Amino acid sequence: MKFQIPIGPQHPALKEPISLRMTVEGEIIRDADLRLGYNHRGLEKLAEQKTWIQNIYLTERICGICSHSHTTCYVQGVEKLMEIEPPKRGQYIRYLVSELERVHSHLLWLGVAGHEAGFDSFFMYTWRDREIVMDILETISGNRVHYGINTIGGVRRDLDEQQVKHILDSLAILRERSEYYQHLGTNEPSFVARLAGVGYLSREDAIALCAVGPTVRASGVPMDVRKDDPYGIYGEVPFEVCTADTCDVLGRTVVRIKELFQCYNIIEYLLKNLPSGPVAVRAPRRAKPNEVVSRYEAPRGENIHYIKSNGTDKPERLKVRAPTLGNYAATIKMLKNGFIADVPLIFAAIDPCICCAERAVALVDARSGQERIISMNALKKLSRQVSAGNARKREAEWPL
Amino acid sequence: MLTKLTHWSRLKSPWILHLNTGACNACDIEVVAALTPRFDVERFGILLKATPRHADVIVCTGPATRQMKDRLIRIYEQTPDPKFVIAVGACAMSGCVYRGAYNVLGGIDQVIPVDVYVPGCPVRPDAVIDGVVKLLNKLKG
Ligand code: SF4
Repeated sequence: MKFQIPIGPQHPALKEPISLRMTVEGEIIRDADLRLGYNHRGLEKLAEQKTWIQNIYLTERICGICSHSHTTCYVQGVEKLMEIEPPKRGQYIRYLVSELERVHSHLLWLGVAGHEAGFDSFFMYTWRDREIVMDILETISGNRVHYGINTIGGVRRDLDEQQVKHILDSLAILRERSEYYQHLGTNEPSFVARLAGVGYLSREDAIALCAVGPTVRASGVPMDVRKDDPYGIYGEVPFEVCTADTCDVLGRTVVRIKELFQCYNIIEYLLKNLPSGPVAVRAPRRAKPNEVVSRYEAPRGENIHYIKSNGTDKPERLKVRAPTLGNYAATIKMLKNGFIADVPLIFAAIDPCICCAERAVALVDARSGQERIISMNALKKLSRQVSAGNARKREAEWPL
Repeated sequence: MLTKLTHWSRLKSPWILHLNTGACNACDIEVVAALTPRFDVERFGILLKATPRHADVIVCTGPATRQMKDRLIRIYEQTPDPKFVIAVGACAMSGCVYRGAYNVLGGIDQVIPVDVYVPGCPVRPDAVIDGVVKLLNKLKG
């Protein structure tokens, strides 16, 4: 007996509103199918009508959580096309903002994971501390989310002594809090029990399905563009690629917590070794006809921009491959043979985005053709009921 | 008497439904951030609801893409009267950078009536709260 469950097109754990059709047999998901296009705005076409500079602000608005990732990826590519090199100080500030963005994104994700697992106080804690990062970003760039700090040939704002001190002070608080979360996670058996073994993705599958970011790293593959193909200043910054080999949602949580600490180290290194000098160079208005592929490790994985110029002040083509797209195939794999109740968690694990609160799931009874609409909250309640039956591990193992 | 009571309770607990109609997510996370400890809108009785049938106020973000249009209308119709719409962010007001893109209608008010506009790209959580308070004042008056 098989059912079809459409989820979406609005779902909080997905970046774009997306529709998902799942075939289930009882509680077990047998097949899943994705439908895209609800959030399609025609951005790539729009980019062809705007100048190189205007497009920075357009690419920033591809995604609100990794806005800096998209602009940096785009700007790196355009700089290559225009054959200019941003000054060292500009680069340091650019990648400083990148790492701060990674911190804010991972804290956000931890909160979402806590929320989906039914651990709402964790959600409130991490989002409270996320405000510290938002404050730092606001002092650097003047805005909380879309920083608008990149420009072709460098960055638009400089850092002063006071800001550096403010960042270092806040970093100490963040470090302390993150240690607390790590501790909380390790000693919270119900949290660990809820995450362990959910959304299994083996190492082979992760590679075959081209998963990216923390998803692939949690399957034991040390893949990180910052290490594999260092761009910008990453060649000279010491950091480690964090992996886990549990291949499940727990592993993805571990990878992200570990990455938080790496981010703090990188930020500290960048601030302590901040070179002096200008932050930007003048960029030409036109780029010679050429094409370029730019890679960037966004908080969620590898981000790729393909840019083609034709000698004018506008790009001829801009193609964006966001990391979430790379993870869709793997998500379907993870969903297969899982429980319906785990769907929110598995979604949340590939891509942390709690963008919309209204969510409905329609259960279609294949025999009678009847549709039942249940809200995502009811689904979550169901998920808690399922997990309540699980045996609690007293001394839960946390592979940190 | 009864109308007075409903009016009073309506002012004290506006429940909101948050709807993304093609936004870039920044406005969405700022709306959610408004619920978390630093801003904490719950102290005003504002509660985020998961379904339109429980909501009084629809908080819309995003420029209304073509594919979302019908869905937006359906959700508006599902919300019980009296209902109010707050357009959050430059996108929901006018389309922001996406204005002119082939798949974007450009602003929520092209599809459903809007009561309050909150500008910003993205809006600050305090601005979202301010928008809701302005709406409440409008109701009082
Ligand atoms: S107004 Fe700006 S931040 Fe808000 S959804 Fe639109 S582009 Fe994103």
